[in-house]
Amino acid sequence: MKRSRSASSSSSARKRLAPLVLLALVLAAGGASAQDARVAEARREGKVVWHTALALDSAQRLATRFEQTYGVKVEVHRSGSERILQRVMQELAAGIKNADVVNTSDTGHYVLLRRKNLLARYTPAGAERFADGFRDPDGYAWGWRAFPIVVPYNTRHVAGADVPHTWKDLLEPKWKNRLVMSHPGYAGSVVTQIIALEKLYGWDFWAQLAKNRVMLVQSIHDPGRTVLSGERAAGVNGADYGLLYTERRRPGTTLAAAYPRDGVPLIFSPTAIMSFAPHPSAARLFTDFIFTREIQQLLADGEGLYVAHPDVTYPADRPKLSELKVLVVDPDEIDRRTEDVKKRFVELFGA
Amino acid sequence: MPSSVVRSTFDRSVPVWITTAVTLVLLMILPLGWLAWVSVSSEQGTTFANYVQVFGDPHLQKALWNTIVLAFWVGAASLAVGVPMAWLTGRTDLPGKRLIRALIMASFVTPPFLGAFAWVMLAGPNAGLLNKVYRGLTASDEPLMNIFTMSGLVFVVTLYSFPYVYIMIVNTLELIASDLEEAGAILGASRLRVALTITLPLALPAIISGFILAVLQALALFGSPAILALPAGFHTITTQIWTFFQYPPKVEQAAAFSIPLLLATALLLQLQKRLLGRRGYAGVGGKTGARRPIPLGRWRWAALAGVFAVLACTIVLPYAILAKAAFAKAWAQPLSWDNLTLANFTFTFFEYSATRDAIINTLELGIVTATVGAVMAALLAYVTNRRLVPGHQALGFLAVAPVVIPGVVLAVGLFIAYTRPPLVLYGTLAILFVAYLTKELPVGYAQADTTFKGVHPELEEAGRILGAGRLRVLREITAPLARSGIIATWCFVFIGVIRELSASIILFTPATKVISVVIFDLKEEGQFAAISVLGLFMLAMTFGIVLLMQTALGRDFLGAKD
Repeated sequence: MKRSRSASSSSSARKRLAPLVLLALVLAAGGASAQDARVAEARREGKVVWHTALALDSAQRLATRFEQTYGVKVEVHRSGSERILQRVMQELAAGIKNADVVNTSDTGHYVLLRRKNLLARYTPAGAERFADGFRDPDGYAWGWRAFPIVVPYNTRHVAGADVPHTWKDLLEPKWKNRLVMSHPGYAGSVVTQIIALEKLYGWDFWAQLAKNRVMLVQSIHDPGRTVLSGERAAGVNGADYGLLYTERRRPGTTLAAAYPRDGVPLIFSPTAIMSFAPHPSAARLFTDFIFTREIQQLLADGEGLYVAHPDVTYPADRPKLSELKVLVVDPDEIDRRTEDVKKRFVELFGA
Repeated sequence: MPSSVVRSTFDRSVPVWITTAVTLVLLMILPLGWLAWVSVSSEQGTTFANYVQVFGDPHLQKALWNTIVLAFWVGAASLAVGVPMAWLTGRTDLPGKRLIRALIMASFVTPPFLGAFAWVMLAGPNAGLLNKVYRGLTASDEPLMNIFTMSGLVFVVTLYSFPYVYIMIVNTLELIASDLEEAGAILGASRLRVALTITLPLALPAIISGFILAVLQALALFGSPAILALPAGFHTITTQIWTFFQYPPKVEQAAAFSIPLLLATALLLQLQKRLLGRRGYAGVGGKTGARRPIPLGRWRWAALAGVFAVLACTIVLPYAILAKAAFAKAWAQPLSWDNLTLANFTFTFFEYSATRDAIINTLELGIVTATVGAVMAALLAYVTNRRLVPGHQALGFLAVAPVVIPGVVLAVGLFIAYTRPPLVLYGTLAILFVAYLTKELPVGYAQADTTFKGVHPELEEAGRILGAGRLRVLREITAPLARSGIIATWCFVFIGVIRELSASIILFTPATKVISVVIFDLKEEGQFAAISVLGLFMLAMTFGIVLLMQTALGRDFLGAKD
């Protein structure tokens, strides 16, 4: 009754509002058709070539989801951050322009790529609300996800007082032949970790650690796997997401992770579109897609990642970023020091 | 009419030589020329700075030394394994010889990087299955063996290099007449003394030559050191060259570091050639008289056990652990019902998008390279064997020349040559095709050469006398006779392509991955289950296609010896 009355009484108002409603409808339709046009354009381009350092299984799941949503194929090239840079630059040097979207866990890369004018400026939808540390004031490389570097260990081999509480605990001789670590020549996050701990303890920390005969693996996800298999008791590093997160939730697992008290390196993993992207529309559509709340929530729930989207809620078993003592390294410094870091690492660790 | 003969010879040789010259330039001279040039160039012009830099760096010197150590011990260990095995299967009454030969052939087909990977699961110091069993039995804290060491690396590389020694020596032993040995026995020498004082000296050239082949194999290998040496914190030349391509790439240094590997290979092959050419087979006659196998007596079963212990290490254990990892949720855990899964297969084939493209690329490259390679090898072998053009000896030499180029070195040369105009092949499958063809041509040529040596020219001449043209003779007489040999050539090249890693790892781009590269990528990520699935698939595919070729077009090739 109330509704009908108000409807009849406001008929004149409705007339007055009609142009506005029409305008709104047109705008909405325009918005929808703009989105349709983007999708159509992306479909016409056919695919998006995505280089990512995201753990393989996660990357593959995400790609499938994009394909199902928009019918645009994602060509996933998963590798370590440093390997991705190598491959993209190597292609480019030969005049091959294949890469659309690049996501590595080495913020220094984006300083380098920008300096070489290889990035396209693009602001993903909703970027103005992104969490601190994920925004790019220049509008090229947006923090897409972040994760801490922690110490994975096997509870069957490490327990009680032996669990390391600080990074320096790993220098004790009892760890000789019992540690594994990911390589900075492959994993970008390790470059950041090395610099972060060098700033705390100097190169001496790494020189001491090398004396414990650390097993070297490539990916930042491999120390967790190696520790789980029992090949080594603990890891000098491990990305605290993906396997390390999901496996630790499994009842009866022997995989655990220690958050050193002297600080955990926090790795930001930005995403950017290449200036020469052969599928620019698909690249933009994909970039918006991976920043939607739905996908960002998926990364937080399924992978244990920290993400840019402010409305994402985190699982109860994740420590709050604000409660962690995190170590963050400035991208410019990473860019400046990365070559020297890798060289020194090889000198200390042999390979 | 002599003039027409001259003209027809001339007509024939021109296209042959032009084609050969062009091919040769594209396959060898261009890449090697660029390699040499880039190794002495810098932004300031010609320089030896790259050499000074790489050979003055203590870290790189160490990589060089590691390679020498590895190659020497692999050579020595391959002899220690290969010589007794060849003698046992070639000369004695050892039971199960057919099976043994088949298994040794199977270890030929196994890519060394897959073997190395399997051995990580078998003999990783803590999680390795064999070490776990050993610890369980002895309650020892120390592992039985640590695969992530130089000796571990030597062990694994030897497992896949000793077949070269074996084949070399088995073939020679077949040529050595047993009457010399019998004479020795009649004069009262013990079996051991006969073996050491008569058989051994006769086979010595082959033994040294086998040693050199195994050394070359170890020098050129990339996958095994990358899987076993890097975790242990040491480099070899090949892994070091690969590292030079990390961003920012140091291609000049990679080129400079490639040259000694190239020279070492060339030198060793020259040495081998001289050994086989001059002293080789002196005193080795044809197959005179019946050969009586030497009775092993009470050592028979012990010897058999020893042989199977070796074959267990090369074939049985690695495939068993790969199969286990392929079907297990966690490879290091016992294979119980709740550890069984098919998810690894689903992931590898349906979720991991790189797999399908890589399989297609690999098949395409394998089939095209094998076909082109077999045709080229056959034509070259035919031309050289029938002396159809002047300078045919040179053609034969050129066909086997690429054997001196290790895969990594070839790849560095091709990378430099074909990432710049006029011919930008990098980023396409063509550059991999060129690499594979160059690498496999010597093997293919050797096989085709043997084939045509076995087809008597009399039959062709009979055809010619009866009025058939050369092409018709080729089609109706030579081709059918040479068929199974050519199919064998095809299979050898195909197998070589499928298992190639050392050149591919430098020449691939994200869009042109092949299976071996995907396996290496997965290794870097630590995806043991997916590697196992893909590795087994790769072998099944290889065997499947080889069998298909043989049943469709001809007869057996691996068993052809028996």
